[in-house]
Amino acid sequence: MTRIISYLEAVGEALEQELWRDPSVVVFGEDNIGGTGCDGTLGNAWGPTKGLHEKFPGRIFDTPITESAFVGAAVGAAATGLRPVVDLLFVDFAGVCFDQILNQAAKLRYMVGGKAKVPLVLRAMWGAGMRRGAQHSQALYPIFAHIPGLKVVVPATPADAKGLMAAAIRDDDPVIFFEHKMLYFSRGEVAEQPYEIPLGQARIARPGSDCTIVAIGRMVAEAMTAAGELAAQGIDCEVIDPRTISPLDTETIYDSVRRTGHLVVADEANPRCGVAGDIASLVAENVFDALRGPVRMVTAPHAPTPFTPALEDAYAPTAEHIATAVRATVSWSKSKERATS
Amino acid sequence: MANDVLGRDQRIAAYRTMRTIREFEERVHERFAAGELPGAVHLYVGQEAVAAGVCAALADDDYIASTHRGHGHAIAKGCDLTGMMAEIYGKATGLCGGKGGSMHIADFDRGMLGANGVAAGGAPLACGAALSAKLRESGQVAVAFVGDGGANQGAFAESLTLASVWQLPVVFVVEDNGYAQSTGTRFHLGGRDIAARAEAVGMPAAVVDGYDFFAVHAAATEAVRRAREGGGPSLVECKAQRFFGHMEGWDHQAYRGAGEVDALWAEHDCLRLLADRLVADGSVAPAELAEVDSAVRADVDFAVEEARGAKEPTVDQLLADVYVSY
Repeated sequence: MTRIISYLEAVGEALEQELWRDPSVVVFGEDNIGGTGCDGTLGNAWGPTKGLHEKFPGRIFDTPITESAFVGAAVGAAATGLRPVVDLLFVDFAGVCFDQILNQAAKLRYMVGGKAKVPLVLRAMWGAGMRRGAQHSQALYPIFAHIPGLKVVVPATPADAKGLMAAAIRDDDPVIFFEHKMLYFSRGEVAEQPYEIPLGQARIARPGSDCTIVAIGRMVAEAMTAAGELAAQGIDCEVIDPRTISPLDTETIYDSVRRTGHLVVADEANPRCGVAGDIASLVAENVFDALRGPVRMVTAPHAPTPFTPALEDAYAPTAEHIATAVRATVSWSKSKERATS
Repeated sequence: MANDVLGRDQRIAAYRTMRTIREFEERVHERFAAGELPGAVHLYVGQEAVAAGVCAALADDDYIASTHRGHGHAIAKGCDLTGMMAEIYGKATGLCGGKGGSMHIADFDRGMLGANGVAAGGAPLACGAALSAKLRESGQVAVAFVGDGGANQGAFAESLTLASVWQLPVVFVVEDNGYAQSTGTRFHLGGRDIAARAEAVGMPAAVVDGYDFFAVHAAATEAVRRAREGGGPSLVECKAQRFFGHMEGWDHQAYRGAGEVDALWAEHDCLRLLADRLVADGSVAPAELAEVDSAVRADVDFAVEEARGAKEPTVDQLLADVYVSY
């Protein structure tokens, strides 16, 4: 049975169902109980673990502000029989514990010749829009996707957040799970029973024939809005949500571009050496013959996220930016076709 | 020297462990100088009593997280010599299939969670293994080996805090071997003893003579007992200088005083100190130790010959084990 719940509730529901299913799952991070030592009813400030400690005493912990120690402890615990879901709070805080992610979690299995596995999930809140300033708003998934050994999940909807979290917890590799703070209170249909969405399987959010839009995270909704507007102008867009960017479902993207001949990538991350550029280059390398117009990247600028609403609202791409990019690539090929006919 | 209640067999075993580390390391030193070994190798000679004393206090299924100077810890925890040597040679038969090398030797079957290329990188991992043991109620204990250099890392300070707050069954063994690479502790350590940092987070700590197997073993036994009985973490700081440089082929120990290393060999050779004591108190005959020496030499000979003759990994291994599934 499905019902309408929020992205935040969907994440919490996946955690709860996996805690029931598998006694080796443990959950910790700053304020994951909230109020340890008092009555413990606060719940974490952002809520997905709220109340879980009452149902699973001894399996949800608050941590001191020691990201290196507790993220590293998640690696050590994962390599010795647990399945930790550890909360980095803001992904920006990866800056203080990057060694444990980059050098320990990602490489342990490889370095020991496959004799260990590191089944952990690192929850990381990301994204612009909440007026949190430059150190609490980044879209850092390209950095993690660059590192072999890590998997990177960026759900865009409540249903995906639940199914991908279940898959991430059951997965035997370290998974960085990106939760966009501006999607937390978005709502959608989510099935009550536990389910998994396989990592590495893109979702075609909207089928179309004229232009492929690959959109990541919060950009999926913007792309859908853009596609709606463009449809009224006679441009039929296909919107693809990769859902996971490592592994990346390249085949779904290639198949789409083969059909549409056009590609726009909408990504809230900074533009240099990022996922948008990666997807653009993969398409150029593998389905170049299908392209009938230039690939367009719609990203945040190469700048930190500003605080003031006056500037932050101009930071992340919008449906309008995406629509402009689609029109540009589609009209480019139309003008070429006219010129050659 | 501290007293210890170890029996005869355990005393011989301690000597065998320390002799094995010494023989192994001296052979690695020699083979490196001969140009046979690729990469970076950090030798443990001088500190053998620490690894042997600590690991003799552990059960087979207890965990250790090691450092870049990890051969001694691995041997003391029971890792296979031949597999270790083959790993250092980069061979397919190495403990990690040649993918780890000296700095990442690991054997999860022996509770050896890995040497580590990052100073104090293993301290959080040991906390995690201890958390795992605590939640699984397995009774296992985890040991984090950290050097004096690593003790300056944030990850180490954070690990002390986390272990204390969570009351984890973990023992931090800090080996103050006198130098962080080539910088002496008198320049790089704030405060005199690292043990004081444990006291700052409410953790029992001891400072022991790291050349004295019995002193190390007694302190480790107490710390491990406390951890296993639910008494939380401890720190044991062992003072024992390394006799070789930071890394083979890299330094000539110009940063050490004239005669410093010679004096260490003359006065603080833990292996000779142990042998002298065992013979002096009548618990072991010199001939028995000589027997251990020759058996160990044969084991290390065998390890080197096997490693030399072993096959290298095939190139398809380049992409193996990046993930369990991808």
